[in-house]
Amino acid sequence: MHILLVEDDPQMADYLRKALIEAGAVVDRAADGREGLLMAAGSDYDVLILDRMLPGLDGLAIVRTLRASGNRTPVLFLSALGDVDDRVEGLRAGGDDYLIKPFAFSELQARVEALLRRGAAEAPETRLRVGDLEMDLLKREVTRAGQSIQLQPREFRLLECLMRHAGRVVTRTMLLEQVWDYHFDPQTNVIDVHISRLRGKIDKDFDPPLLQTVRGAGYRLQAG
Amino acid sequence: MRVAVPALRLRARLARVPRGSIFRLALLYVLLLAGSVGILLGFIYWSTAGYMDRQTTETIEAEIRGLAEQYRRRGLVGLTALISERVASDPVGASVYLLVDERFERVVGNLDRWPSESPDANGWIRFRLREWGTDHTDEHEARAQVFLLRSGLMLLVGRDIRDLEATRYLILDALTWGLAITLALALAGAWLMSATLTRRLDAINQTSREIMEGDLTRRIPLSGSGDDFDRLADGLNRMLERIEALMASVRQVSDNIAHDLRTPLTRLRNKLELLAAALAGSSESRLLAEEAIADAEELLATFNALLRIARLESGSRRAAFGPVDLVPLIEDLVELYEPLAAERDQRLDWTAGASSIVVEGDRDLLFQVMANLVDNAIKYTQPGGHIQLAVDSADGLARVLVADDGPGIAPEFREQVFRRFFRVDDSRATPGSGLGLSLVQAVVALHRAHIELSDNEPGLRVSLSFGRSPQ
Repeated sequence: MHILLVEDDPQMADYLRKALIEAGAVVDRAADGREGLLMAAGSDYDVLILDRMLPGLDGLAIVRTLRASGNRTPVLFLSALGDVDDRVEGLRAGGDDYLIKPFAFSELQARVEALLRRGAAEAPETRLRVGDLEMDLLKREVTRAGQSIQLQPREFRLLECLMRHAGRVVTRTMLLEQVWDYHFDPQTNVIDVHISRLRGKIDKDFDPPLLQTVRGAGYRLQAG
Repeated sequence: MRVAVPALRLRARLARVPRGSIFRLALLYVLLLAGSVGILLGFIYWSTAGYMDRQTTETIEAEIRGLAEQYRRRGLVGLTALISERVASDPVGASVYLLVDERFERVVGNLDRWPSESPDANGWIRFRLREWGTDHTDEHEARAQVFLLRSGLMLLVGRDIRDLEATRYLILDALTWGLAITLALALAGAWLMSATLTRRLDAINQTSREIMEGDLTRRIPLSGSGDDFDRLADGLNRMLERIEALMASVRQVSDNIAHDLRTPLTRLRNKLELLAAALAGSSESRLLAEEAIADAEELLATFNALLRIARLESGSRRAAFGPVDLVPLIEDLVELYEPLAAERDQRLDWTAGASSIVVEGDRDLLFQVMANLVDNAIKYTQPGGHIQLAVDSADGLARVLVADDGPGIAPEFREQVFRRFFRVDDSRATPGSGLGLSLVQAVVALHRAHIELSDNEPGLRVSLSFGRSPQ
């Protein structure tokens, strides 16, 4: 996992680099926009993490230039600008995801991993499997240990999202964005109730539990 | 925020007719003009009809002087001779003479009998003149002076003023019509003038309304004629420019403060995260570090919410606006929050008045607003309560209703709940930042929508009304 981090705040960059390296990535860092663009264009990165506001050349300009020259490396924007407008602008410029500062490192990690998976050309899957939990995407059927499990449409999408990210943390915000398709800030952890309902259906009568809560981060579906 | 919607439409309709002080001013002008024209016409009447009157008087007086001269020189015989001569030389009868004795018997003259009307102190008399000897009797007015001669005879000298009266009526008629036409023209002019002025003022009002709704970039259009209104608009525009510049600098400052505070807070949070990760499994220190992270996050969340509200309130950010169908939005919202309500044994229902109700807006912000309202309803309604959502459209407006049967909000607090950090519950026993409804109001204002809190008897009823998206 080779990541380019373009961030002008040295402390922030330092922290992110440390945390990313700890998570097993190889990290290059650029301190301004021009340097970042040269590095991004010069070698093959798996993910670019760009600050929106950079000295020299801002994040939007970097992405536009890269996309215009055919570079499709997944881009995650980091920004202190938290408006929907800013988000829309970032995604329109060619960014793949947008994370608002401040964020928990686990959120960044989960999103970087999701981008890496998206980067690897995904073959259309018809079946997902985590341990003895199976999902047939064509028949819209879920079974665990051979027993059929009845899910509401939204529960199905929630489980599908967790299964597609099997073994990795999926944050609550990511679930809201990917399963409900709304970018908003819930005042209460509404997702938790949905998870506990889903848990009641896929984990309650089975062993071992697959759906884990990761403190301070989100959820992870994992076999064993 | 609480303008009733029908009143708004009524005002829009009224905006087409001139109203208010301008029209009153125009009416005052009409009255003044009518007064002036009345005085002018009165003077014209006096100087024409009055002139003819004075002319008659002078003629009569000259005639009397002639007769008196004759009487003094030649006595009664001369007088009667002269009267007879004058009567004979005036076959039309424009002059009237009558000399009578003590018993009012005619001595000479072209009047058959002495008039029954009594003269005034100066000896002037007005009477009806009856023409005789023609095939029809005809009455008209005459004016005369009467004298008592030394011999006890009485003399009346006057003039038929029939033509004079006719002319006087003609003049009076013309003047009356003139006044009426002047009044009508002045009224029409006043209406036109006040309509024009009202239109110019409405342009200013329209702009100020848009500015109040948050679009500070609006300016009052100038007509280009450089008139007083243009100068006023230009002055206001300059003022707006100044305000906008000041607000921008204030926003810049507060953004900088928020940014400057947020950066060290973020670093603090990040370091705590590294610290927590470095600490052993579930030691007490690790728990403390995790609590510190949660505290830092709460601080940051409040900061972000404040900044977000401030940005929304600046009101110019509508890039993500597009047509949004409220029906699936409410459906998704209910689907998302239903388990939370169910956990508190609350019922969460929704109804839609149509299969699709589209407004112009930002889908995520609208969802945020509804989510905040439903979240509040769930939070403040007792377990077992009932929360209802409804979306419908009427008269070109889309309306969303969120109603619960919880404790509601007392009328005196219904305006204040939108203020930042305001909590009805002073003890702050319920969780929350006190910013949820401020954000709701900022988003509502951004959408040029209206929000109204009312009593659901029991509970709280929140209604939002949006202008429909042009289809």
